[in-house]
Amino acid sequence: MIRALSIGCLLALMGACGGTPTSVQHFAASAYPTHLSDWGVLDLTSERLTPSKGFMPYDLNTPLFSDYAHKLRAVWLPPETQAHYSPDDVFDFPVGTIISKTFYYPRAPAPEGALLRNEDNSGDFDGEGLDLRKVRLIETRLLVRQDSGWDALAYVWDAEQREATLEIAGDIKRLDLVSNDGAVHPINYVVPTRNECANCHATEHASGKIHPIGLAARHLNKAYEHYVDGSAPQLQRWVERGYLDHSADDAPANALWRAGADDDVEHRARSYLDVNCGHCHNPQGAADTSGLFLYAVETSARRLGVCKPPIAAGRGTGGRHVSVMPGRPDESILIYRVGDTDPGIMMPELGRTTVHEEGLALLRRWVESLPGVCT
Amino acid sequence: MRMSGKVLAACTVFGLVTGCGQQQTAATAASSADYEKTLRMQLETAKPGDVITIPEGTFPMTRSLVLSASGVTIKGTGMDKSVLSFKGQIAGAEGLLVNASNFTIEDVAIEDTKGDALKVNEGSNIVIRRVRTEWTGGPSTHNGAYGIYPVMTQNTLIDGSVAIGASDAGIYVGQSQNVVIRNSRAEFNVAGIEIENTIGADVHDNVATNNTGGILVFNMPDLKQPGHNTRVFNNQVVANNTRNFGAEGSAVASVPAGSGVVVNSNDNVEIFDNTIGGNNTANVLISSYFSVTYSGERKLAETFDPYPEGIFIYGNTFSKGGGAPDRPALQALRQAMFGADGNLPDIVWDGIVNDSKFVEGRLPAALSICVDNGASDIVNADNANKNANPKIDTAAHRCQLEKLPAIVLPESSATS
Repeated sequence: MIRALSIGCLLALMGACGGTPTSVQHFAASAYPTHLSDWGVLDLTSERLTPSKGFMPYDLNTPLFSDYAHKLRAVWLPPETQAHYSPDDVFDFPVGTIISKTFYYPRAPAPEGALLRNEDNSGDFDGEGLDLRKVRLIETRLLVRQDSGWDALAYVWDAEQREATLEIAGDIKRLDLVSNDGAVHPINYVVPTRNECANCHATEHASGKIHPIGLAARHLNKAYEHYVDGSAPQLQRWVERGYLDHSADDAPANALWRAGADDDVEHRARSYLDVNCGHCHNPQGAADTSGLFLYAVETSARRLGVCKPPIAAGRGTGGRHVSVMPGRPDESILIYRVGDTDPGIMMPELGRTTVHEEGLALLRRWVESLPGVCT
Repeated sequence: MRMSGKVLAACTVFGLVTGCGQQQTAATAASSADYEKTLRMQLETAKPGDVITIPEGTFPMTRSLVLSASGVTIKGTGMDKSVLSFKGQIAGAEGLLVNASNFTIEDVAIEDTKGDALKVNEGSNIVIRRVRTEWTGGPSTHNGAYGIYPVMTQNTLIDGSVAIGASDAGIYVGQSQNVVIRNSRAEFNVAGIEIENTIGADVHDNVATNNTGGILVFNMPDLKQPGHNTRVFNNQVVANNTRNFGAEGSAVASVPAGSGVVVNSNDNVEIFDNTIGGNNTANVLISSYFSVTYSGERKLAETFDPYPEGIFIYGNTFSKGGGAPDRPALQALRQAMFGADGNLPDIVWDGIVNDSKFVEGRLPAALSICVDNGASDIVNADNANKNANPKIDTAAHRCQLEKLPAIVLPESSATS
């Protein structure tokens, strides 16, 4: 153990001694560096944070809600490698792949230190990077594909936005979020521990092995607005760059997230449930114990919760008898749990401490739209 | 060189935590407010073979602890000495969540979690020994749901443990195989001990008292695995009369206060050699899914078997119960059949059977409810007809079933 650690530290030292690396670095699982800068995944100046050269930035149709944090995502594949395309599953990435996701908030004009609670990221960018005068960086999470599988690491940014530090045991940040109506919402932003990362990313729970979640065709099948040359369809760009081993012409698409829209409710709600719940609520996920499956390909109304009694919801029922009562959001356990913030009640269990008002409104509209009665 | 210094310092920290953490902890942590982070780091970096010791003291925790490495033992100094208190918890749906196999936890208390206290989700060879889970403010709907909660596990031993105050079940084993719960105590929970959709469980030498329902053997619909083969024996199931404080809509919210042993929709259940008494609704309740209200009398899921079949009750020592049932229909039935001061018989059955399985006008012997318990009677409450024709039905149920095999756990689990 001591010797392995020494080698690990030596590697880390070597990685660090050259100052901020200009290209992507790889580390053994026993030698993950303390500082994010050692990875070379992000290009940091005093004014801008940009995915490093060779990284492909991306975003998702309907993203996971994370306490209104905005996210800068990018993926790097080793030269001359490709990901294996699948229309339905997460792409199979080669060893050496690094995925980075930086969580940040736009700054509010007032009060001092407060951050904006909204979903509009149009003011965040300076070219293909984030304008650091306008945003506060919180954490950068890495998924690193090793020989043995994926590892998850969370790096927490310092107040000066100069460096992020590995926090295996996670962290809690007290933030003040200001909503569009000017109200200030203090939150405890939770940086996940390494094992908590697996709570969502171990999509096949029994194996304990973790996987990316968002890097599937249905999530990526959209245009990305902030390429260096402007907007372009993501999957087409990936194919052009040789990132995929197969054309993506048959790719399904989740609905593009549009807060407050009132058309296409079924597709938008199923897309929302897919990305926010499906990683646990699938037949191999951590929530397979519930018999409630909310991932994209589920077709049974009963397994989607319609007229289904809970199994082990405990006080999470909120006094309601079924997960989804058609036409009646206020009698649906799913709506109750998505609309609560008590850790013993709320769903998802992790990754938020606030209610996603716009997501909740969409799910309410979906339940209202469902026909039939529970007999 | 600024960078190098920082990395060196970081490596020192890493070395302590991953390499020599166990030795460091006991010496420094007991009085430290930073113990939460110390323990969390040990769990996050644990490797097979690690023994994580929790020193004596009460340690506040602000968020769930998660263990994902298999082969780890967590060892405290006693269930009243090493206490993890989640009173100030701000995040996480459990106290300790274990996603791993070959896991042992002993001599620790987990108190006042917002959700479940100790959840083990999908693992094999789980030993939970002398662990206390408790909500210290007494029964309340706001307490977390489950105390000790292994789900989808194989080979699980719960021994010498204590569960108090859960707003659902104190000790709840769901969708598992090969389970032993023994020498444990469940008190002031809605359900004391609950076996659900589990194949092969021995529940013996436990005390279940002051719960809403003492020991429950249930099957729920919509799950991959219907449960069967549970033996409930040598337990004391006494005076479970606490009002039902479960959240409406949960399965246990349908349990009447004053229930001793309850079998619902489960098959091949053997109840013997227990001491059961003072449970005001009934000492033993046998019912189908049709008699519970947790889904609001809704249509059954296809493929779900709602009938309790192959139930064998013998050798129990009953003392008076059923004197004040927590259901108007049962109360009326008691008064009509047994008088104003009378008691229901020791065994109350909803009387609902699957007549599609009848052979020559009755259920095959192996599917019967058999009562061979001295003078104890069984009453058929005739729930199917709104209790129109209830009757004492002891003679028709005087039979015996083949006894179920004992649960055998791998040796590493069974030895204490």
